[in-house]
Amino acid sequence: MTENEILLEMNKISKEFPGVKALDNVTLKVRAGSVHALMGENGAGKSTLMKCLFGIYRQDAGEIILNGEKIEIKDSKDALDYGISMIHQELHPVPYRSVMENIWLGRFPVKNFGLIKLIDEKKMFKDTEQLFRDLDMDINPNTIVRNMSVSKVQSMEIAKATSYNSKVIVMDEPTSSLTENEVGHLFRIIRELKNRGVAVIYISHKMEEILEIADEVTIMRDGRLIGTWTASELTTDIIISRMVGRDLTNRFPERSNIPGEVVMKVEKLTSPFHKSFKDVSFEVRKGEILGIGGLVGAQRTELVEALFGLRSVQSGKIFINGKEAGIKSPIDAKNHKIALLTEERRVTGIFPALTVLENTLMANLGNYVTSCLLLDEKRRKEDTEKSIEMLRVKTPSFKTLIKDLSGGNQQKVLIARWLLTEPEILILDEPTRGIDVGAKYEIYSIIAELAKNGKSIIMISSEMPELLGMSDRIMVMCEGRLSGILDNKDATQEKVMQLATQFMS
Amino acid sequence: MNNINSNRIKEFLSQNAIYIVLVVLVLSIAVTDPRFLSLSILRDILLQSSTRVIIALGAAVVLITGGTDLSAGRVVGLTAVLSASMLQTSDYVRRFFPNMPDLPLWLPVMIAIAAGLIVGWLNGMIVAKFNVPPFIATLGTMVIVYGVNSIYFNLPPNDSQPIGGLRDDFTNLGSGYFLSVPIIVIIAVIISVLAWVLFNKTRLGKNMYAIGGNREAAKVSGINVGRNLLIIYAIAGALYGLAGVLEAARTGGATNNYGNMYELDAIAACVVGGVSTSGGIGTVPGILAGVLIFGVINYGLTFIGVNPYWQLIIKGIIIVTAVAFDIRKYLAKK
Repeated sequence: MTENEILLEMNKISKEFPGVKALDNVTLKVRAGSVHALMGENGAGKSTLMKCLFGIYRQDAGEIILNGEKIEIKDSKDALDYGISMIHQELHPVPYRSVMENIWLGRFPVKNFGLIKLIDEKKMFKDTEQLFRDLDMDINPNTIVRNMSVSKVQSMEIAKATSYNSKVIVMDEPTSSLTENEVGHLFRIIRELKNRGVAVIYISHKMEEILEIADEVTIMRDGRLIGTWTASELTTDIIISRMVGRDLTNRFPERSNIPGEVVMKVEKLTSPFHKSFKDVSFEVRKGEILGIGGLVGAQRTELVEALFGLRSVQSGKIFINGKEAGIKSPIDAKNHKIALLTEERRVTGIFPALTVLENTLMANLGNYVTSCLLLDEKRRKEDTEKSIEMLRVKTPSFKTLIKDLSGGNQQKVLIARWLLTEPEILILDEPTRGIDVGAKYEIYSIIAELAKNGKSIIMISSEMPELLGMSDRIMVMCEGRLSGILDNKDATQEKVMQLATQFMS
Repeated sequence: MNNINSNRIKEFLSQNAIYIVLVVLVLSIAVTDPRFLSLSILRDILLQSSTRVIIALGAAVVLITGGTDLSAGRVVGLTAVLSASMLQTSDYVRRFFPNMPDLPLWLPVMIAIAAGLIVGWLNGMIVAKFNVPPFIATLGTMVIVYGVNSIYFNLPPNDSQPIGGLRDDFTNLGSGYFLSVPIIVIIAVIISVLAWVLFNKTRLGKNMYAIGGNREAAKVSGINVGRNLLIIYAIAGALYGLAGVLEAARTGGATNNYGNMYELDAIAACVVGGVSTSGGIGTVPGILAGVLIFGVINYGLTFIGVNPYWQLIIKGIIIVTAVAFDIRKYLAKK
């Protein structure tokens, strides 16, 4: 493998976002006809590096060399023209259009009719059929993308990326919602690509996948390059320790919470939509951290949003402190002392153009209305300052706009927002997504502290170590159903994965 | 089994709601007064809807990209005045250009359409290159175009007098017949067919849906979003331009206030016809049905003697309910 020549070189790439140095002098060398795994924790900079390669971001410094020639990539079109294609981590389909239109977007086949060029639908259909046949995928080219399952959409994106006949294909977490069969299938496709001399850059968190498919592995941490190794020299343990950069035992704070009586009981909760959650029953205790694991598309977010009154429920009951709670809206949920930290911090969490103070108090303004219907500014400032101090939010002042804080500090402000509503049950949906390693530890400490003080925590996490390291019990979902609940002492990565794919065909 | 059938019926009703509304509307007016179902009335409705169809198609391409175009009405006014000012009979007393020789019909028509295209291109430029939100960008050009048109309209010797005395070959475009079909209707049909081809059979059309449906997806698929937007806004402008010419020809005159608020009628027809204001969705048959619904209301309700103020209220209710129903198809299921 190592005798293959270097096809792509990214030299000393740096990229800075306000408040975060996302990439610091990173170098990546990828050989033709090989699979190069790019590894690192969430927020290590892998996706950012690939977005620079694909023209979605421009790097602040550094150069990209393809086939020995320095190239400038100004936008995605340039990247595609140079023979670089990408399977994006966040799926990028056009929802109300057909599969084939999504695949040939930007390069529709056309027929000349005199002066005008019309789309050659027949050719497009045939080419799409042929593409799926070559890849042995069963997708109808005419299906409207919005009506497909997540795993089918992901397969479509894989097919699209290979259809460019690129020399370099970037796959950013291509298996996040694939079943085991489909993963095996993808690996056959990758080996075929390798034989054709294509360089595949493969990003994944799944160790077994990496060790099975990769020839070389580059590990990143906190936006910096740690090193590149031949995959055969590596083991899961070595990779993890290099990714984390310190002993695994120190990644999570000591927890001294003691689960007490049952606070919330959910019975056979079922969504009116047949692809969503079904028959989910579980309990949460006082002072307990209940983790929820599963793959993308397992409907975990949908479930907790239903608990919070954001989604409709067809049948099933929610009991709080033994009494049935009819939760129809977030207002009801707040009245039952439930809080929800949403998954998409930027979309459904922060108000970017408002100050830390406004963001902190947003869920709780009613508490500051004085007798003459104005807001009590003095108490607002006091409470914000108290929150900042308690959660150790690093901000110049409470007047700073929240968008100027780092992800970790934004998340702390959001936690502060919900703590001010004095919740008994805190639902955290991917609480450390996109947060750098140091700040993660602080968030974990806050969670552990809250549990110790008797709050019940429900935490969705897609990061296996976080799930295993922070939960008292782990409940795993697969395709909307509860596939099992594991006690912390019995839980292993393998068991969780097995449950997470239990109902997949 | 019954369940499946009732689901199918529901699906059919919701997919074709707009056409059903149109039929029900026509039938209920016909029940009140059977004379409504006559060829001459159908012809009148089509005649009145023709320019509106062209404007609505222009508004629709912009809506489908996820934008809005408020400049439509004022562009109609501008090109109505422009074309009329150059197509007056040579013996008309208040001629805009007293000494100008008679121009061939196509020349002023092309100049007017080009003027519309330039305004549209400017809209696209402001939206695509300077990232001004379409609502604001076209609000600006709407006001500018009205200003420019009024200055032109106020030039001596016209001095803001309504432009009349239009040549027969010109007014023939708006009120003439070809094989007993109004020429203006034929033009609208041709434009609709071309629009259907653009929407469904060209790269530009598919890109338009992609940009409105998921701009980021369009970008990472290598589409030049800015250039596509520029062309689409320019096409919209050219369509308004053509509509302005036809409006002057149909009414036999023009003033600087022509077309005022037509953009809102066009947007209303589009959304009633199933075009999504958040982009990515819309079909030509739907837009035609949307325009016809308003045509039938305007004509039919007057025909059966409904007070015009009541007609406004009915129109408003139709806009809101149509969209409230239609949007249920697309709402994120929660």
